[in-house]
Order: sequence, then C-alpha cells, then structure tokens
Amino acid sequence: MSSVAIAPPRGNAAGLCVSSGQIARRVLRKFVRSPQLVIVGTVQGAMFLLIFRYVFGGAIPLPGTNYVDFVVPGFITTGVLFNAMYASAGMAEDMSAGLIARLRSLPIPRSAVLIGRALADTAIQVWGLAITVAIGFLVGFRLHGSWSAALAAAALVILFGFVFEWVFVLIGMVAGSAQAAQGFALIVFPFSFVSSAYIPVATMPSWMRGFAENQPITVMVNAVRTLTQGHSAEALLGHPTSYFVVRSLIWSVGLIAVFAPLAVVKYRRG
Amino acid sequence: MVLEVSFTLEATGLVKRFGNTPALDGLNLTMQPGQVMALLGPNGAGKTTFVNLVATLLHPDAGTLRVGGIDVARQPAAVRRLVALAGQSAAVEPTMTGRENVVMVARLFGASAGDARRDAAAVLEQMGLSDDADRTVRTYSGGMRRRLDLGASLVGHPRLLLLDEPTTGLDPRSRLELWDVIRSLVASGTDVLLTTQYLDEADHLASQIAIIDHGRVVAAGTPRELKRRAGRNVVEVRVRDLSALDRVAATLMAIGDGPATIDRPTHSVRVALGADTERVFAALRPLDDTGIAIDEVSVRQPTLDEAFLALTGAPKENVA
Ligand SMILES: Nc1ncnc2c1ncn2[C@@H]1O[C@H](COP(=O)(O)OP(=O)(O)O)[C@@H](O)[C@H]1O
Ligand SMILES: [Mg+2]
Repeated sequence: MSSVAIAPPRGNAAGLCVSSGQIARRVLRKFVRSPQLVIVGTVQGAMFLLIFRYVFGGAIPLPGTNYVDFVVPGFITTGVLFNAMYASAGMAEDMSAGLIARLRSLPIPRSAVLIGRALADTAIQVWGLAITVAIGFLVGFRLHGSWSAALAAAALVILFGFVFEWVFVLIGMVAGSAQAAQGFALIVFPFSFVSSAYIPVATMPSWMRGFAENQPITVMVNAVRTLTQGHSAEALLGHPTSYFVVRSLIWSVGLIAVFAPLAVVKYRRG
Repeated sequence: MVLEVSFTLEATGLVKRFGNTPALDGLNLTMQPGQVMALLGPNGAGKTTFVNLVATLLHPDAGTLRVGGIDVARQPAAVRRLVALAGQSAAVEPTMTGRENVVMVARLFGASAGDARRDAAAVLEQMGLSDDADRTVRTYSGGMRRRLDLGASLVGHPRLLLLDEPTTGLDPRSRLELWDVIRSLVASGTDVLLTTQYLDEADHLASQIAIIDHGRVVAAGTPRELKRRAGRNVVEVRVRDLSALDRVAATLMAIGDGPATIDRPTHSVRVALGADTERVFAALRPLDDTGIAIDEVSVRQPTLDEAFLALTGAPKENVA
C-alpha cells in the first residue's frame, strides 16, 4: 500500500458572490445570444398589445378613463408571467443537459445556482418591462399619477418578476425538459386572462369573477394601475392605491415564502 | 498543509437504491493513487450511479466511500475540491464560446479572472481546441464538445477526474482523438476513473479494470490479468461440414485457454486464446494437419460478452 502526499487544491473555491455572478452572467449571455428569443418575445408582446389596444379596445367602454391607460398596466404586469416562462424553460434545459449536475459537483455554495439565475432572470424582467413600457407609450399610454408613484410601480413589477421566478424555476425543475416546462407554464393563461389585466372583471360571469377578483395577478395589476393612473383608476376599481399595493405585497411575500423553499429543496434533492 | 492518504478511492459495501431497484448492490472497489481505472460494464450496470456518488451528486444508502481519505457522505464539500466530473452528456453551454465555458468553470473553482484566463488557454491548448476557442460551442462537433467538457473538468486541477462513458456516441476518429487526450492527461499525472462499455477502450486507457454488473464488481485486475483470464484473442473457425465440428472443437480445446464453444447453426467453433496474435497461427497448425475443410478462420478480441463469460463463468444479462 503506497501513500501519497496530496497538495491541497489551489486557492479557495469561489464564494457566493463570484459564483452567483458567474452563473447569472451565463444565463444573460444565453439570453442575449438567442436573438430569436428576444425578437419573438418582443414582437409577440407588441402584437398582443396592438390587438388589445386597437381591436378589442373600442368594444370595452370604461367610465372616466381610456382603454389604453387601462390595459397597458395589465400588459406590464402580466408580461412578468410570460417572461418567467423563459426561466422555467431555461432551468429545465440546464437540468436535462447535465449542466446542473456539473455545477452541483463544483465546490461552490449550492445556493449560487438558484441565486445567480434569479438575478439574471430579474434583469431579463427589467428588459421586458422596458420594452412593454416603451410600446405602451408609443400607442398612447400616459401616466396620470406622480413620477414617484410610477417608479414605485416599476419597482413592484420587478418584485413580481422575482416572486414568479421561484414558481417558474420550480416548474422547470419538476418538468425536467424544456418542452414539458413550456406545457406546465400554460397555467399563465388562466391567471393572466381571468384577471383584471385586459378587461374589467365586472363583465365576467359571477363564478369566474370570484376567482378573478381574488387571485394575485388582479391585485398586482390593480396596484400597478392605480400607481400609474391615480384617481381615475382608484375610482374605477373602487379602492385606494394603498389597498392594492399592500395586498400585492402580501401576495408577494406569501408566494416567495412558499415557492422559494420548495425550489431550494427540489434543487438540493436533484 | 499536506494530507497523507493511503487511497485515492475506496468503496466498501456501497449500496444505492432507486425505489426498489438497487443500482449499486454492495460494491467494493479500491483505486490506488497514480492509477487510471476503468469501470467496465453493460448498460444499467451501475457505472453512472457510482460516478455520481463519487462526485457527491448522490448520497449512498449504505456502505462507505472515501476519496483521498475523505468520507463522501460526511464531507461532500471537501470531496468536491478533489474531484471533477465529465458526465455522460457534454455539460457545456452552447451559446458561449469554448473559452468562455472554460473560464466560467475556472472562476467557479475559485481562480481570479486573470488566472482563469491563463488556465483556460492552457487547457484549451491541451485539448487541441486553441483554434476554435473563440467560436460558440453551438458550432462544435460532438467530439469537440466532449473535449471541451473534459477541459472544463480539468481546469480546477482535480486530483481525480471522473469520465462517464467519454467516447459513447462519438465517431471512430473523434474517439481516437479523445483517447489521445486522456492518455496525455494520465501522463501529466491526473488520476482518472472512467466508465465504458467497451473492452478495447478500457484496455487502451486503463492500468486497472473493474468489471461491474448488477451493481457489484464481478472481476478486477490489470488489463493483462483480465485478458489472460478472458483470453487475449478469440479464434473462431467455421467449417464446411457440420459433422467435422466436434473434431475441430477438440483440436481447438487443446490449443485454447478455456472451453471451446460450439455454435451449430453457423457451423462454427470459437475458443479464447491467451497467446499473442503472431503465435495464433502456430497454434492453428494442428488444425491444418487434420485436413478438415475450413471456410473461415478469424482472430479477434473478445467481446464484452465473451469476457464476461470467461471472467465470471456466467453470461451477462441485459446486454444490448
Ligand atoms: N434516477 C434514477 N431513477 C431510477 N432508477 C435509476 C436512476 N438512475 C439509475 N437507475 C437505475 O439504476 C441502474 C444503474 O443505472 P446506471 O448507474 O445509470 O447504469 P450505467 O451507467 O452502468 O448504464 C439501472 O437499472 C437504472 O435503471
Ligand atoms: Mg451510464
């Protein structure tokens, strides 16, 4: 039996900041270098916005406000859900390609992979938000509240993006393949359409209204709507801005409290 | 700080179950420092499971596994610094360049930005990828991806490199290129544990082979020892006349290193032969003397099936 002297591995393994940063960079590079993804996402968002604004908009009378001012906050908020579908597909792809296994075998903090991805996906959400807002302004959307309220709305939307990141990363890990992840992610449709995002919930049948009024997307959309539209939106929706903002924050905390630990546990189990 | 350890790798009674099926069923294995070990076994034998346990991607259900004296179940983080894994699928990011991929892994291993760039350049050179380093991996061939994946595993200066079926799915030329790369790693002093389904691959690359089936090591030794037991060559003789088969079998039995196998439907007999190829013809001379009409004589390496049969005395199950 021979014995050998092992030199300790050179240096220390990367800490949480460096490793999360490297992983975030990878996700962002992948996004930026997949032009089809960026273009399709942007064109699709623009197309839906134009259709709602000009095709359906005329058929939806709203007392005291323009449809474009009503619907753009809805698009801004639900855009978060559609962008999050990218996170779940990306996570599923990494799992099936063996990339997550490689990362899990490296001497880095295990949380770095999820944190890095959350950072990158949040940056992607900011990009998506900027695009939607820009198109919104082009088709006639205007702010009717204060600038500080508008900034608060933007901050809220980014927070919502971070909230749904955990839900969708978990979906991606459970799904296992990008295709399956995209299938699972179809749950964004009932949540975005059966909400106050595109039309007032008052026009829905009563059984549907019960769901629409109480689900988180409606609350989040209305928070963004009242922050950007001020009194006219408060009057239309029947509650002050603070009512929606507080409720959307409670939903955010609750969703993170449930889904972030689930995602971490799922990631650890592999 | 210098650690004194007796073994690079030591598995005792290792068990890993998935549901009710035991993927590893009391596996015992010892790998000395300075070795290249091949885990040879058919699909489903438990090779990947074992490699994943060493890489701390899985937890053992029973038994112990030590790498460099460190218990994998107790101190996985310490083991991750000693071991690098190149898995069954090339775990590289297709939208990044080869260089970016390796630099990222180097950074994750804790290298500074400057060191990471330097180490990445060295590894890419070693993998023969210098000229393609700045192309996106999307444009790489399968063989190049495997080499890049290997380079990414190496950039952390692992003590033990785990290669899970490194050449499966590659064309023959890429396979030979990868063999060269692996041999150069070994020459530069990296311990390697590789898995394979191919006897010739194990033979070319490894100094030790452990044959694994149903989650256990069924035979282990140097390629030389195992081949002596499995027969270095297989001689197969096909006769024209079925009635001559038994006489041919008797002759082959006398020159061979094991029982002759008669295959009546194809009119052929085969036997394992310990001798080198050049001596095979001398060994066949007695056959010539019998004057039996012979259609075909072939000399080849034993297949994994035949090696299994010879080494374990039992036919291998679940073979593809
Ligand atoms: N994640 C898993 N879930 C269930 N069964 C598995 C899993 N991984 C491996 N197995 C089973 O364990 C056995 C060994 O598999 P594996 O280690 O992949 O073999 P090999 O790499 O030698 O082909 C097989 O029967 C396989 O079906
Ligand atoms: Mg395998």
